[in-house]
Amino acid sequence: MTADTVSTKNLKSTNKEKRQSRIGEIWRRIKVNKGAVGGLLVILLLTGMAVFAPYLSPYGPNKMNAGPRLASPSLKHPLGTDSFGRDQLSRIIYGARISLYVGFIAVGIGAVFGGFIGAVVGYYGGKIDNILMRLMDVLLAVPQIILSIAIVGALGANLTNLMIAVGVSQIPRYARIVRASALSVRGQEFVEAARAIGASDLRIILENILPNCMAPIIVQSTLGVASAILSAAALSFLGLGIQPPTAEWGSMLSLGRQYMRNAPHLTFYPGLAIAIVVLALNLFGDGLRDALDPKLRQ
Amino acid sequence: MWRYIFRRLLFLIPVLIGVSILIFAIIHLAPGDPAETLLGPSATAQDLEELREQLGLNESLTVQYFTFLINSLKGDFGRSIRTNNPVLEELLDRFEPSLLLAVCSMTLAIVVGLPLGVLAALRQNTWLDTFCNLTALLGFSIPGFWLGLMLMLLFSIMFPILPSSGYGSWEQLIMPAVVLGTNTMAVIARMTRSSMLEVVRQDYVRTAKAKGLNSRLILTRHILTNVLIPVVTVAGLNFGHMLGGVVITETVFSIPGIGRLIIDAIRFKDYPVVQGGILFFAFCLSLVNLGVDLLYALLDPRIKAQYRAS
Repeated sequence: MTADTVSTKNLKSTNKEKRQSRIGEIWRRIKVNKGAVGGLLVILLLTGMAVFAPYLSPYGPNKMNAGPRLASPSLKHPLGTDSFGRDQLSRIIYGARISLYVGFIAVGIGAVFGGFIGAVVGYYGGKIDNILMRLMDVLLAVPQIILSIAIVGALGANLTNLMIAVGVSQIPRYARIVRASALSVRGQEFVEAARAIGASDLRIILENILPNCMAPIIVQSTLGVASAILSAAALSFLGLGIQPPTAEWGSMLSLGRQYMRNAPHLTFYPGLAIAIVVLALNLFGDGLRDALDPKLRQ
Repeated sequence: MWRYIFRRLLFLIPVLIGVSILIFAIIHLAPGDPAETLLGPSATAQDLEELREQLGLNESLTVQYFTFLINSLKGDFGRSIRTNNPVLEELLDRFEPSLLLAVCSMTLAIVVGLPLGVLAALRQNTWLDTFCNLTALLGFSIPGFWLGLMLMLLFSIMFPILPSSGYGSWEQLIMPAVVLGTNTMAVIARMTRSSMLEVVRQDYVRTAKAKGLNSRLILTRHILTNVLIPVVTVAGLNFGHMLGGVVITETVFSIPGIGRLIIDAIRFKDYPVVQGGILFFAFCLSLVNLGVDLLYALLDPRIKAQYRAS
């Protein structure tokens, strides 16, 4: 073993240790924030609920006449039944799958495309920055949900198009945030060093610029999942998202609305489910931001 | 100052042209033929052809777009496919309810959110602070359409004191304004609180205290004027979110505004109305953003000087 490889190895292990201690530090800071921990627990619980839906739900989500129609909550149907006699608890459990799935994929679309655009324009600057950021201004000039409505309206209402619509409308946010961080990173010495050893632009963007923009991306993504879930539910509520009979909270609300007088539980619980998820994500996102914000670090 | 306003108004043109291209592209890349949707499955080939000719759907996309652009610059957004009325007329007809709703909601959000944030900061780490934070967090997380339905359930069905939907009387405006204003209220309360906490620790506040100024004067003259700037920023930024909320609130409460018009138009594939409506929203949003920037100048003499210089 030559001295050279030994030192690289040492460097790698200290880097790893550094990263671990950084994650540990962030976790320590989140831990003292009760709201953030509570939010994280709820998110984990709901994710578990979504994953194990088939084992947890007492009935199938689309099983008609599982009980009497429009029955109020009872022991047999803790959250009541809908106009087709479907068990609402089971539908809400299955609905968590769709909501979380749409939320995460939509944010994935927004963060990947937006993040990449932001990193590229922040790194290169100049003309490409001007052109792409003006394009982002155009996207931002249309209220987010209206842009999603237009996209879904044009492409047709289904799961894939819903995710695309919500994801695309999130792109400008990430592009702006990442661009701002990229601008501050690109002049630093390690970028210069990477360039000096002949790293390609793409490699610098992927290995030097983007990892240093991760903190704002992570915070924005957590809060973004909350707003994506809200948007998706709103679109489904308007009849422009997930279509019946799929169990989805927004479209359940829209169906339950017709029976508000006789069966208010049909509008109460699906909305409560949305509110809980969004609240948990916001609490965790806030805590994460405080933990990652260097201004608050002592 | 006027030159600044004029320049900013000029900047609106490329953005709005960009929006028009974006919306045009989204709508026209969509599968499905509006002529078929409009006439239904029983239409003959000849009927379809005639309608396509009449709507200009046979031209190339570029020609269609430039016709649309040139006409809209003249204030002609085409005619609604569904009602055959000029789109501009439809939009203006529906403008009042949307505007009234937005103004009431924003007023409500400011009137509740600002004092909430101020109180929370003045009594930091007390139960009042916790209460304000919780209210803000809930207001931020509750979906507007659900809040609307729950208010309806409570105040129209269980205790029938407010009308559940419609437009025309002030009673009908209460619930929609609360629903639409809640999110912005929460945002304003949070921003006011954090901005207050920062400002009360500034040297000039300490100086004001040291020279024996009474605390009310310190709050109104020294603290609030400085707190307002970031608050105005987030309120302005949130206006776009609010315009989106208009669409949902109007649908929940059956208010005949522009938001509802757009949703109906999308369902019927009434392209000219969708285009015109979204362009109209983008225009409003840009104007509000400009208004917010000008408000800074009013609030902060430093910024005013900057505008003058530029």
